[in-house]
Amino acid sequence: MRRFFLIAVPYAWLLALFFIPFIIVFKISLSDLALSIPPYSPTAKDGIWAMFAAFDLENFTFLASDDLYWKAYLSSLKIALISTVLAVLVGYPMAYGMARAPEEWRPTLMMLVILPFWTSFLIRVYAWVGILSNEGLLNQFLLWLGIIDTPLTIMNTTTAVYIGIVYTYLPFMILPIYAALDRLDESLIEAAEDLGCSRLKAFWLVTIPLSRNGIIAGCFLVFIPALGEFVIPSLLGGSGTLMIGKVLFEEFFNNRDWPVASAVAVILLLILIVPIVLFQRNQQRQAEVEA
Amino acid sequence: MRRASWFNITSLTLGFAFLYLPMILLVIYSFNSSKLVTVWAGFSTKWYGELLQNEAFLNAAMVTLKVAVASSTLATVLGTMAAYILVRGGRFAGRTLFSGMIYAPLVMPEVITGLSLLLLFIGIGLDRGTLTIVLAHTTFSMCYVSVVVSSRLVTFDRSLEEAALDLGCSPFDAFRLVTLPIIAPAVISGWLLAFTLSLDDLVIASFTTGPSSTTLPIKIWSAVRLGVSPEINALSTIMIGIVTFGVITASLVSKRKAIRAQRDVQAAERAAV
Repeated sequence: MRRFFLIAVPYAWLLALFFIPFIIVFKISLSDLALSIPPYSPTAKDGIWAMFAAFDLENFTFLASDDLYWKAYLSSLKIALISTVLAVLVGYPMAYGMARAPEEWRPTLMMLVILPFWTSFLIRVYAWVGILSNEGLLNQFLLWLGIIDTPLTIMNTTTAVYIGIVYTYLPFMILPIYAALDRLDESLIEAAEDLGCSRLKAFWLVTIPLSRNGIIAGCFLVFIPALGEFVIPSLLGGSGTLMIGKVLFEEFFNNRDWPVASAVAVILLLILIVPIVLFQRNQQRQAEVEA
Repeated sequence: MRRASWFNITSLTLGFAFLYLPMILLVIYSFNSSKLVTVWAGFSTKWYGELLQNEAFLNAAMVTLKVAVASSTLATVLGTMAAYILVRGGRFAGRTLFSGMIYAPLVMPEVITGLSLLLLFIGIGLDRGTLTIVLAHTTFSMCYVSVVVSSRLVTFDRSLEEAALDLGCSPFDAFRLVTLPIIAPAVISGWLLAFTLSLDDLVIASFTTGPSSTTLPIKIWSAVRLGVSPEINALSTIMIGIVTFGVITASLVSKRKAIRAQRDVQAAERAAV
């Protein structure tokens, strides 16, 4: 009896506030605009069945016919992919440096990587507005150095979005790579060097392959949230940057077209399922290797 | 043998500069007397004064704190229960669905979580306000709590619980007297995680809140969309300051504990010899 209660409470909570809402999104994505437009008269009693009656794929064909959505999905994928690669390029040397730092520094360095997680995401993105804008600190600095004559336009471009994503998700990349490098048996590198490898070659042939799982985990941890990102493209990317999270938010709040917003959400989830399944498989394999 | 090479020092320096310079500049410019954020016009604390008189921000901060305390406490209770079921519960009908629902919110984009909860609240005719944000935040942060707590539950020795049961404890007493004290650090860090997630959340809150209860991130969001403002810099500085102070205090306390534990171990070893 007690066990039943213990299971039932969180189970019922998740069913009611996670599973059912999700089914509703799926259903509304299949329903007609007239039925689900605000003030959204159908309620739980009569509305669900009315929506079932109007079951069709109209919203999905609409998405397919309007190339705004395809462009948004593609550009989200591109932005998430490029940011992930950039995050590896920035994060790997940092993780490597941390793993090679003297033992007594490492807890402090770890704390310095984790600390940004505890500060507001929104504020960390906002901090870049004052740096990247045309009369911002970066342009002032570069003009003062004499490297450029006219201010660079970075704000409201995809470049600013790349910077924002790499900046806010960098700790997600550093921590798994650091964990992999920290476990790495250093005698393997010495062996490679004894056998005639140069340092660079030993790094390329031994260190990188042995830290592969950390790199893969880090890439997923950056790529998956970056794909549905809303705050960064809205704040730094301006109106020109298309990302699907932003399109969904605007479709919902500005156009009030709920069936289309729901259809956008369903397709975004379908796109995300592939990397999520791959990520889980990788995690499982890693757990098996360690066991 | 592990020696800091020039390459490592350079990459760490540049990397940490990249991570911290934007926040440091934000803090510096919050003391700028000019309204123009990018022009330095002398030291001043006037933006802090204006911020403290801005009632909209103070109200939003109060709402945010209330929501965070309520939702993280609820999420800790539910998340700990969920973790206990996942690790100790054995088989039960619908277990796969249950663990799926625990892990799915961790990777679900916030826009989708927010949208789906909004559609639910409208569907059942629940007025949006503080209650609906609390429900939404509890749902996504209980999943984080259960991940943190279950990782601790997995590693601890089950025979301790069994011993308590053999010695006549009821299952609830065994949980309260043996399991809970052992997993307490994970439960506390789960609560802290849920608390910061709730403080930080913009997207889910904007979907699930009504006009009566605006949270601080929503307030900041509507202000920063108009560009940089010195008041927001001041507010950010206060928030960064609180977090830094909290994290440093926590790490000093845990360091002190570790040193004391080590000293106890050494004393015990000496006594044994």
